[in-house]
Parts: sequence; structure tokens; C-alpha cells
Amino acid sequence: MATAARRSVLLHPAAKPLLFVLALLPFAWLFYGAVANQLGANPAEYLIRATGDWTLRFLCLTLAVTPLRVVTSQPALVRFRRMLGLFTYFYACLHLSGYALFDMGLDFADIAKDIAKRPFILVGFAGFLLLTPLAATSFNRAIRALGASRWQALHRAVYVIAGLAILHFFWMRAGKNDFAEVAVYAAILAVLLGWRLWRRLRGAAARPVSAPAARPASGR
Amino acid sequence: LPSTKSQVPGAMTMEKVTDYKDASTYNNFYEFGTDKDDPAKNAKTLKTSPWTVEVDGMVKKPAKFALEDLLKLSAQEERIYRLRCVEGWSMVIPWVGYSMSKLVERVEPLGSAKFVEFYTQADRATMPGLRSSVLDWPYVEGLRLDEAMHPLTLLSFGMYGEVLPNQNGAPVRLVVPWKYGFKSAKSLVRIRFTDQEPKTAWNKAAANEYGFYSNVNPNVDHPRWSQATERRIGEDGLFAKKRKTLMFNGYEAQVGQLYAGMDLKKNY
Repeated sequence: MATAARRSVLLHPAAKPLLFVLALLPFAWLFYGAVANQLGANPAEYLIRATGDWTLRFLCLTLAVTPLRVVTSQPALVRFRRMLGLFTYFYACLHLSGYALFDMGLDFADIAKDIAKRPFILVGFAGFLLLTPLAATSFNRAIRALGASRWQALHRAVYVIAGLAILHFFWMRAGKNDFAEVAVYAAILAVLLGWRLWRRLRGAAARPVSAPAARPASGR
Repeated sequence: LPSTKSQVPGAMTMEKVTDYKDASTYNNFYEFGTDKDDPAKNAKTLKTSPWTVEVDGMVKKPAKFALEDLLKLSAQEERIYRLRCVEGWSMVIPWVGYSMSKLVERVEPLGSAKFVEFYTQADRATMPGLRSSVLDWPYVEGLRLDEAMHPLTLLSFGMYGEVLPNQNGAPVRLVVPWKYGFKSAKSLVRIRFTDQEPKTAWNKAAANEYGFYSNVNPNVDHPRWSQATERRIGEDGLFAKKRKTLMFNGYEAQVGQLYAGMDLKKNY
């Protein structure tokens, strides 16, 4: 009974719009804070860091969908995965734009030099570049055009992206020896990726874990 | 905290002073947490009275100074200094204090003394940040003796005409305006004269990122970011281009000769 009730909530027509609005709340807060000068003494730094944090949070949420779906036997959860993934990209775009605009004054020659020079920037930028084709192939026609198996292989890049994101965050904090937050995100991602590895080793991965999302019909 | 305007050359920049609110709420003081707003939130517990500063090591007259005596050791001056943080932001702050050299002269360093070490209070009961192992406590900073003797090197007791707020290093701190902010140790309890280059806290934590000298230098980048530019807190708007960082934070005319002939890329 409870399971059925939860399923009907997940399948409710308002569920996706509601998630969309929720996912936009951090952006709305940051936008308001910037306009109303509520972001402290260094608003540029606040915006760049907050958008980076939210990129990482949405990445964790996106990667949590499949394990949650299986563990709770709620296949309907997969309806939200694409939107969460696209919000990851949305916040990554804001993060990169914030750096380019506030830190580098949109001086593209300087930005190119900066990316080449500093490993921590390079790693973050590489993560963003890898995320771009994933966002670009998230709509149904792209999935159909690629075919489910190739689409799925491409989207496995998200595991590399997760690693790059953590390394980027780790290096950013490294000089200050302050790894408490990095450890929290690393632990969450390790659990989410470890769960997949564990299932694969158990042979459970013989059944196509992510198939429902790869099938355009149910990805709507 | 009463004071008169300083006559020391370079000690009174005409630039716009940073808002007191920004200067007292956006701080690095890891003994009270690693976020910028942690010190303002957590430093209330710091007990600044009674307070003594022990001055020892290679000096003829080692002494324990009660804060009241230290306050009266020389006339209090107001000095408006640029502050450049190693993280790439800057402020302009009106400090109150007197030249560190006044205290150095009082204790009469031996001829063998070459460096001065500064120790920040490390009290686990009142400083919650000490529970984390971000740095090797107590916080230690250091200067060459001639740097400590430079008239711009300030022993500070106040800012904005008032006694220092706890989060800014009450009741007594160092201010070295041509070096990155972390060189200016806060809440001092001990000053020691030595012939060995001090093992400073940030240098121990990451030697490749934070050198002993840590002079503000736009030509020597931090390994993870450029030091060529800085954001002036409260002034450079979101969309303003960051301003160029000046050699020795703009104090080259006053302190440049301290480093004549030194390779500042090696001695960063």
C-alpha cells in the first residue's frame, strides 16, 4: 500500500515541475543575494563557490537516482534523473561563467593561460568539457540516434566526471589543509559508485540496470 | 583607543578605508574556524584580560609584559595600511599601535639574534578551531630582525579607533603591510628572538605554497592561483575588473632595500 502510494506521488503530473522549481531555488537565492548585496564581504567568491557546491550536490543527486530506484523498488524515480543531470550541467555552467567573469574579467587569453597553468583549474575545466556531450545528448532524439548501448557507454563518462570534480575540490582545499567537506562528498560518491561496482561484481549487472532511462519511451 | 596620526613614511595611505563591518566579519583566524565568517561568530569566547606577552630568547632583557604595560610602552599612532591576503583579496584598514621596533629596542636583542618568532595564543578551551588539525598549533610566524625593526612593522592594539575586535587578533597583533596577511600573527602571547629561521605555521603546512618571506609580489604566483591581481573588498563590484597587485603591496619605496640582491622567486 505504502509503496503504491509513493509510486503515485512519483508519477503525479506535478512531480516534475515541482522538482524543477526546487532545483532552481539555489539559483534564485544566489540571484537575489547578489542583487540585494546579501552575499557577504566577497560576493564574487561566494557566487563561484556556491555554484561549485551546487554542481557537486546535483551530481551526487543524479548518481543517487539509480541506487535509490533499485534499493527502494521505485522504478518511477528514474523520471527525475535527466532533469537532475541537466541541473548539474546548469550549475556547472554558472560556476564556470562565474570564474570567467568575476575572477578573470572575461579575458579569454588569460583564461586559456590559467587553464593550462593551474592543474586545479584544468581538472575542473576537463570535467565541464566531459559533461557537455552528456547534457547535449540528454534528449530523446539524441538517445534514439545514438542507440541505447552507445548512449549508455557515453554516459558512463559521468563516473570520470565525478572523479574530476572531487579532485578539483580536493586541490582547491589542499593549500588550506581543510578536507572535511571534500571527504563528505568523496564518501557519498564512493558509496554511489561502490554500490554499482558491487552489483556488477555480483553479476546483477547482467540485467541492464539503466535500461529504462536509455529507452526513449520511458525517458519522457 | 586614543592615538595620533603616524608620521612614518608610507603609513597613511589616502585610499578609501574598507567598511568596519567587512573588516570585522570577513577574516581568516583558523583558531576559530576555517570559514571567513567563523571568527566573527566564534571569537567571543577569547579571554583578552588578563593578558601577558612573554618576550624571550636572544635578548639582554627578557620580560613578561602585562597588556596594560605594553599599551603604554610607546605612543599609540593611527596608521592606514593596505592589507593584501594571499587568497587574492585586499582591504584598507586604519590600525592603532606603534612600531614593533619600540618593543625590540626595549628588550635589547643580542648581536647573535637574526630572527623574531611570533606565537599566537593556543587555548583549546576558548579556541574551537584548535580541535582540527588544519595547522600545527600554536600558530607561529616569523620575521628577519631587520624586517621586525622596519618602522612600518606595527604592533597593533586597535583598529578604526577602537580596541581590536577578538576576531581581528585582540588584544595585540602584528601588522606587516608589505607581506601577505597571514604573516601578521594575531593574539600574540610570546615573541622570541633567535638565530634560526623560524618554522612558520603555513610554511610547515605547505612549503611549496607559503614561503618564509611571503612578500606581496605580483610576479610570483601561488601554485594554485595568480597573484597578479586582487579584489578590493567592498569596492571592486561584481563586474569590475580586479585591480593590479603592487610589488610589496605598494610599499616598495619603503621596504625594497631590505631585499636588495635577493632572488624573490626563490625566496617567495
